[in-house]
Amino acid sequence: MAEVKHFQLQCPAPLNDSEHVQLAHGGGGRRMHELLEGLLLPSFKNELLLERHDGATLNIAGARLAFTTDSYVVKPLFFPGGDIGTLAINGTVNDLAMCGARPLYLSSAFILEEGFPMESLRRVVESMRITAAEAKVQLVTGDTKVVDKGKGDGIFVNTAGIGVVEHSLTIAPTSVRVGDAILLSGDLGRHGVAIMAMREGLSFESTIESDCAPLWEPIAALLKAGIEIHCLRDLTRGGLSSGLIEIAETAQLRITIDEMVIPVREDVAGACEILGLDPLYLANEGRFIAIVPEHATASALEILNGHAVSSGAVRIGQVLEKPAGMVTMKSRLGTERILDMLSGEQLPRIC
Amino acid sequence: MKYVEEYRDPVAAQQFADAIKRTVTRPWKLMEVFGGQTHSIVKYGIDELLPKEVELVHGPGCPVCVTPLELIDKALQIAAQSNVIFCSFGDMLRVPGSGGDLFSVKAAGGEVRIVYSPTDAVQIAIQHPDKQVVFFAVGFETTAPANAMSVFQAKQMGLKNYSVLVSHVLVPPAMEVILGSPDNHVQGFLAAGHVCTVMGYEEYVPIAKKYQVPIVVTGFEPLDLLQGIYMCVSQLEEGRYEVENQYARAVRKEGNLPAQQLVAKVFQVVHRKWRGIGEIAQSGLGLAPEFAEFDAETRFGVSGYTAEEDPECISGLVMQGAKKPEECTAYGKRCTPDHPLGAPMVSSEGACAAYYRYRRLRSDDLVNVGSKSGG
Repeated sequence: MAEVKHFQLQCPAPLNDSEHVQLAHGGGGRRMHELLEGLLLPSFKNELLLERHDGATLNIAGARLAFTTDSYVVKPLFFPGGDIGTLAINGTVNDLAMCGARPLYLSSAFILEEGFPMESLRRVVESMRITAAEAKVQLVTGDTKVVDKGKGDGIFVNTAGIGVVEHSLTIAPTSVRVGDAILLSGDLGRHGVAIMAMREGLSFESTIESDCAPLWEPIAALLKAGIEIHCLRDLTRGGLSSGLIEIAETAQLRITIDEMVIPVREDVAGACEILGLDPLYLANEGRFIAIVPEHATASALEILNGHAVSSGAVRIGQVLEKPAGMVTMKSRLGTERILDMLSGEQLPRIC
Repeated sequence: MKYVEEYRDPVAAQQFADAIKRTVTRPWKLMEVFGGQTHSIVKYGIDELLPKEVELVHGPGCPVCVTPLELIDKALQIAAQSNVIFCSFGDMLRVPGSGGDLFSVKAAGGEVRIVYSPTDAVQIAIQHPDKQVVFFAVGFETTAPANAMSVFQAKQMGLKNYSVLVSHVLVPPAMEVILGSPDNHVQGFLAAGHVCTVMGYEEYVPIAKKYQVPIVVTGFEPLDLLQGIYMCVSQLEEGRYEVENQYARAVRKEGNLPAQQLVAKVFQVVHRKWRGIGEIAQSGLGLAPEFAEFDAETRFGVSGYTAEEDPECISGLVMQGAKKPEECTAYGKRCTPDHPLGAPMVSSEGACAAYYRYRRLRSDDLVNVGSKSGG
């Protein structure tokens, strides 16, 4: 029922019935939204923050700059296709890219646990150096702290980034219009499965590598071609479903997608069957959706398909009017269902 | 994906749906026993493909749902102890007990781990001889063999730091409770395919005969379910009440005999309380006397707990197929997957959660949705 609202803006504390912070509060699902809506947004309330975008777009001395930050606490630190260092660069670069901003400068802060192997730190830093060069950003400031053994988990990395907005579009959920097309930049779920397989000690016939990659190039190309981008979103925590739901809720429109055209690699789909996971909710580190006017679909797809990181781009759905704030999916049998945001992380099922 | 895609083929699905339409002449009420089947039906919208005469009601076969409240409370009590590593299947962590769930115990400092197999918990016990490792052994006949194996291995290895908190339940006694109820409307069953891979289906023959209901052992993919429904409706229309096997690619009549032997060695049949339904005689498994030393309830002294359910929750009626989730006054209001009152709202296999996740869209909202979205 469309009128059921899950959460509303409240005064800061108390946070519903949770007495302690739980993992779900950082899981990208409803619990995290409760934390944002219940504590963080009301506390720091301002117009820029309330746009709820991946970063803030600032007007400073005649220039439009995008500013964002993210912390990286991934376990395992090294995984097929990347490591905490590649994530720390690409994640922040991509948040800037999702604002339609060309990434320029990053800061990096390390929180290291006493006893963490120096060799591992070197590997992480080297990854960051290479990834930053690929993404054409410079690390221009930083910080390092070391905590007592047992008080950290090896290494945590925070990066913040500044980019420049060189166009006049407003790329945000509020720019989404009825009739827009939803474009997905490629196959889903590889990062989530790569991490899960490492954690669980599972191996498959072929190694599933994270899709971790910088995403600015294809977006720059779309902008250069004059594509009127209405909204961008990278599909990290919570995956495609959470990304679409956030946009539908903010835009107060309905998004509908077609399950049959959503690309999921066969080995990823197989891993999901075994683990009881839904690829629509798995994290990606190199995937985004672009919402553009329907008439721009063909040219936008042609541009996206010309870049390696988005060569698998497809149109997966469209924006409708009602019921507002809802995402629906046409199943492969032709029936229609709602995509709901998960409460926390996906849980493996019993049987 | 080979061997999976074939069972989700839209053309074949429509052919089965058409065949069901051609066969049915009057209303029938079928129950799919297992939560995994409910999940598939709602996820793929299978009931929307059926003629209006065929109504599906959701059965009690959600292992997360039927685990009694007091057992969750016992799990919370044990998991909170500082010398314990508490291991569980993933979706048990969010099941609410009287005061919190295993996630909240974890957040408060308890060591709670998700494992995919109980034998992983045995490995953890070997690696941590200074800790007590407890596995939350819940589920139907499907999970019983692996759980039994973990206890069997622990005994062989002489592990003193491994134990299990057991709440195994059995399908046939629950079906008999439903069929024996004076309010019963269920006219045919889709029996749980995975349970039957272990147990076979001979034990359903006397039930089909006694209550004169067709029972079709059915798998979990869309085509399995549609074919199972077709077979069940055909029997009803022809006045037959037999046990048939739709899931022949996985289920043999006699089941998996070595698994059954292991279960029979480690466990014994006991009376068991079902969350929302109450105690059903001879409906569960507990540790056999030979393996009693591995019983976590005794080891941690948590037997004798009792707990009361929220009075507004009608999960028992939902799980017996007497009510639909939407008929509950708390559904979608006081009770949501974030704040579940009863267990069927917790698991993705639970009927209430399945409805909430996939079903809040009413068909009248889907008018004028445009040609590309179907509906």
